[in-house]
Amino acid sequence: MSDPTMGSMVTPPAEQPTVPATTVAPDAGTPRRKEKPRGLLGDAWYDLRRKPLFWISTAFILLFVLMAAFPSLFTSVDPSHGELSRSRVEPSANGWFGYDVQGRDVYARVIHGAEASIVVAVLATIGTVLLGGTIGMLAGYRGGWVDAILSRVADVFFGIPFVLGAIVILFALNPPGSTRDKYSIMGIVVASLVILTWPVSMRIMRSAVLSTKEADYIVAARAMGAGPGRIILKHLLPNCLAPVLVYSTILIGSFIGAEATLSFLGVGLKSPVVSWGIMINEAQQFIRVSPFLLLFPAGFLVVAVLSFVMLGETVREALDPKLR
Amino acid sequence: MTEKILEVRDLVKHYPVTRGVVFKKTIGHVKAVDGVSLDLHRGETLGVVGESGCGKSTLARVLMNLEKPSAGWVNYRGQDIYAQRGADLRRLRRQIQLVMQDPYTSLNPRMTVGDLIGEPFEIHSDVAPKGSRRQKVQELLEVVGLNPEHINRYPHQFSGGQRQRIGIARALALRPEIIVCDEPVSALDVSIQAQVMNLLEKLQNEFGLAYIFIAHDLSVVRHLSDRVAVMYLGKIVETGTEEEIYERPTHPYTQALLSAVPVPDPTSRENKTIIRLTGDVPSPANPPSGCRFRTRCWKAQEICATEPPALVTRPGSDHPSACHFAEKREIVATHEAA
Amino acid sequence: MSDVTVSEPQVDTSGRPTGRLLEVDNLRVEFRTRDGVAKVINGVTYHVDAGETLAVLGESGSGKSVTAQTIMGILDTPPGFVTGGEIRFQGRDMLAMSAEERRRIRGEGIAMVFQDALSALNPVFNVGFQIGEQFRVRRGMSRADAKKRAIEMLDLVKIPNAKQRVNEYPHQFSGGMRQRVMIAMSLALDPQVLIADEPTTALDVTVQAQIMDLLAELQRERQMGLILITHDLGVVADVADRIAVMYAGRIVEEADVHELYAKPAHPYTIGLLESIPRIDEKGQQLRTIRGLPPSLLKIPSGCPFHPRCPMAQPVCVEKVPPLLQLGPTRASACHFAEELVSRD
Repeated sequence: MSDPTMGSMVTPPAEQPTVPATTVAPDAGTPRRKEKPRGLLGDAWYDLRRKPLFWISTAFILLFVLMAAFPSLFTSVDPSHGELSRSRVEPSANGWFGYDVQGRDVYARVIHGAEASIVVAVLATIGTVLLGGTIGMLAGYRGGWVDAILSRVADVFFGIPFVLGAIVILFALNPPGSTRDKYSIMGIVVASLVILTWPVSMRIMRSAVLSTKEADYIVAARAMGAGPGRIILKHLLPNCLAPVLVYSTILIGSFIGAEATLSFLGVGLKSPVVSWGIMINEAQQFIRVSPFLLLFPAGFLVVAVLSFVMLGETVREALDPKLR
Repeated sequence: MTEKILEVRDLVKHYPVTRGVVFKKTIGHVKAVDGVSLDLHRGETLGVVGESGCGKSTLARVLMNLEKPSAGWVNYRGQDIYAQRGADLRRLRRQIQLVMQDPYTSLNPRMTVGDLIGEPFEIHSDVAPKGSRRQKVQELLEVVGLNPEHINRYPHQFSGGQRQRIGIARALALRPEIIVCDEPVSALDVSIQAQVMNLLEKLQNEFGLAYIFIAHDLSVVRHLSDRVAVMYLGKIVETGTEEEIYERPTHPYTQALLSAVPVPDPTSRENKTIIRLTGDVPSPANPPSGCRFRTRCWKAQEICATEPPALVTRPGSDHPSACHFAEKREIVATHEAA
Repeated sequence: MSDVTVSEPQVDTSGRPTGRLLEVDNLRVEFRTRDGVAKVINGVTYHVDAGETLAVLGESGSGKSVTAQTIMGILDTPPGFVTGGEIRFQGRDMLAMSAEERRRIRGEGIAMVFQDALSALNPVFNVGFQIGEQFRVRRGMSRADAKKRAIEMLDLVKIPNAKQRVNEYPHQFSGGMRQRVMIAMSLALDPQVLIADEPTTALDVTVQAQIMDLLAELQRERQMGLILITHDLGVVADVADRIAVMYAGRIVEEADVHELYAKPAHPYTIGLLESIPRIDEKGQQLRTIRGLPPSLLKIPSGCPFHPRCPMAQPVCVEKVPPLLQLGPTRASACHFAEELVSRD
C-alpha cells in the first residue's frame, strides 16, 4: 500500500505512453546510504533487535540457563540439607523463600531445580521438533508411499497414551532402585518424551509442507532448475516453520510439567536430585497451610514458560515479512 | 521465416484417475493434453488460446519439463528436452523460462526482491561470478522498470503489476531464448495490463526472445502474437498467423470464441455476428468421440462422431484447421488502428 | 446532484414501479484499519431507473464493490463505516431505516449477484433448498411449494432438466450453471433492482456471453434496474445504457454509453480506452496510464488522478474537481472536461 511512487509531483502535460512512473525513486536526488543486500535472517535479526519483548524474554532465559549451569553463583546452600526444626518456616531474611516440609531451603532448591527442569524441557523440545520436523518434511515433500508409511508409524506412536508409554519406557530403562546417575536419567527422560510426542510436530510440519508444496513459487523454483535441497531449505522451510515454532514454545512448558509428573510417579528423576516439578508435587499437599511452597517453584516455572513463548512469538513475527 | 528453435510433436499428457489408497486402481484418464504439435521460431510470439480446462496450463507445465509427457517429444535446437540429465538439463533450463499468472503467489513471500531475482544466478552459479550478482540484479530491476534500490523489499510491498515485473526479471536473468508466459496479465487491472504487455514487447525486441504466450483473452493474444494456436479439450483445433486466425477463422469453435469477445464499442452492438454456444465444455476425462467439439457444434454431422478431424489445411483455406467442414467466415471486422 | 427532487414512487399499470428506483447520494465510506483510515468512498452519487442498466466501471480499489455492499447493507462494520450521504430506495433513505425494514428491502427490493458463485452458495445444501429458502422464510410457503417455485426459477434462468437438477449440490454444476443458480436465487423474490458484481469475471468468454444475454433478457422482461459492476470495458459496451466510471472512491465520469466511448470527457476514461487491446484492431499501439492507482490511505490532494494524468496542471493539485454536468446525460469531474469534449 505504501508505494513510494504515489508521492510523485505534477509533471508537465507531456505524453509518456510507455514509461511507467514506477522507476521514480521516492527520494531521488538526495544522496542515500548504500543499501547492502540483506536476506530473511538478516532482516529478522534487524527487526528482533528493536523489540523490547525479545530482549526481556532473552534476559530471563539467559538467567535460567545461568542458574542451570552455575547454581553456585546464586546460592551456596546445599539444597538437600534439611533440618526438621525449620519445617515449613515462612520466608524470612535468612531463608528468602522459606523452608519446605523437611526443613530444606526453598530458594536453594529452586535454583538447583532449574537445571533438571530447563535441560529436560529444552532438550526434549529440540529433539521433538528436529525429529518430528524432519520426518514431517520428508513425508510431505516426498508424498506417495513414503508419506503413507511415515504417517502410519506416526499414528502408532500417537496412539500410545503418554503417561502409560513413559512409565513403560522408563520402568524398563530406569527401574526403581537403579543406580544411574542424574544425567543418564535425564537423558532417558528426554528420549522418552521425544519418542512419545514427535508425531504432533510431524503432523504440523507435514500439513504445512503439503499446503506450501503446491504454491506457485515452488513450481517457479523447480522450473528454474532448483534441486530438492534448495527447495526444502530456501522455500519450504522458511514458509513452514512458523506453526512448528509456535507449537514448540508451548511444548517447553508442557515438558517441564511432564518431567514433574514422571518424577512424581517415581520413574523420572529421584531425590536427592531437585527439579521444579518435584517441588510443585511435594508442595501440593500443603497448598492451604503453606502456599509459599507452591508459589516459588510455580512462579519460576510460569516465568520460564512465558519467556520461551514470548521468544517464540517474536521470532515468528520477525520471520514473517508481512508482519514487520 | 527465421530458424525453428522449439519443435513439439504429438505431445500427450494423461493423468490417471485412481481409486483406493494403498492398492490404487486406475479407473480412467484425464486427457489434459492429447496430441499437440507446435513449432516456435526465434524471436516470435506464439499465442495459445483456449478456455479453462482446454489443457493450456498443462501444456505449459510439460513444456517447462515440470512433468514428463505421457507420449510425444519436444526438441529444443535438436535436443530432446526430456532426455537431458544433470548438467545438460540445467543448461537447457536456462534457455526456457516461465512467467506465471498470479503475481501474488508466484513469489516466495519470505525472500527479498534481491534474493528472488538473484536466485537464478545461485541455481546456475556458473552464469555470473558471485561478486557481480548484485549489480546484475539491479540491472534487471532497471530493465523491467523497477527501482534498483528496492532490492531489500519483500514482494508484499509491491503492487500486482510490480510483482509481475519482478517475475519477469527473474525469468530474464539467465538470458533465455524462450519464455513461456502462462496468463501473465490476466490477474492485473486494465491499466496495469497494458504496461506489462508493452514491457513484454519491449523485452522481446531488446533480447530477441521467443514467447509462448498462453492466455484465455483473445484480444490480448491478438495484440502480442505473431502466430496463434486455438486449443479445445486438449487438442489444437486451428492454427495460423494472427491474421489468418482472427480475420479468416475456419473452425466453428474459433468462430464462436471470436464472436463472444466483447468489443469496447457500443456501436458494434447492432451489426455484430454472435454465435452463441450452448452447454459447457465436456469433461476431459471423458471427451466426446470423433471431433471433440461436436457436442456444441451447429455443423455437426455423423462423420464428426466417428472420425476425428485432422489438423490440415483444407481447400478454400490458407491454414490448418481440425474440422471436417472448415469454412472461412469473417467474425471480427478488423480495421487498422488509428 | 443532491438537488434531485425526491418524488413518490410512480407505479405503472402492471403494478410495477417506474422511474427512479435507487439513488446513491454523496455516499462516503471509510475503513478504519490498523494502518490508518482508508477513505474508500468519497462522495459517490448515482442512480438507476426502472428498466435501465447502469454500469459502474472501475479498477480494483476504486470503491465500486464497496458501494454495492453498502447499498445491500452487507458492509463489514468494523472496519467499514458509512460517514455520510444517503441511499434512497424509492425515495426513502435506507441508511435511516431500522434493520428490520432494510432486511425487507433486501431480496424483494434490491438483490445482488456475486462474482464467485461457488463460494456464495452453501456446499452442504442442494440448490433447490437454497433457492426455496427465501420462499419458505419470506413467503411462508411449505417445503413442497417452495421446491416447485425453485424449479420454476431454474427454468427461468434456462437450466436444462430443472426438475432433476434442483436436487443437486453446487459442486455438481459448472461455473456458468452456478452463476445461473445465483441469478435464480437473487430473482426469487422479484426484486426491482439487481446489482451484479463482476458476474462474469470468473467465467470463460463463451459462457460469459450466455450469462450476459440472460441478465439482459431478464432485465428487459422484468423492467428491473440493473447495476452492473465491472472492470471490463468490452462487456459494458455491449449491455449498458449509462456508465459511471469510478476512480479512488469517486465518480470521475458519468455518461450515456455511446457518448462515453465516442468522446470520453475524463483523462482517466481516455487512458482506459486507449490501454485495452482490441480484438478488432490490427497493429494497435497500447497507450498506458503511467503509475499506479493511489493508496486509499493517502489519496493525492486535489484531483486524485493528477499524479497519473498527462494533462495535469497546478490547479489539479490544489482543487478537487466537482462532478460537473456537461450535458443532459453526462458529467465529468475534470477541470478540463469542456476542453476535452470540444476538441476533436
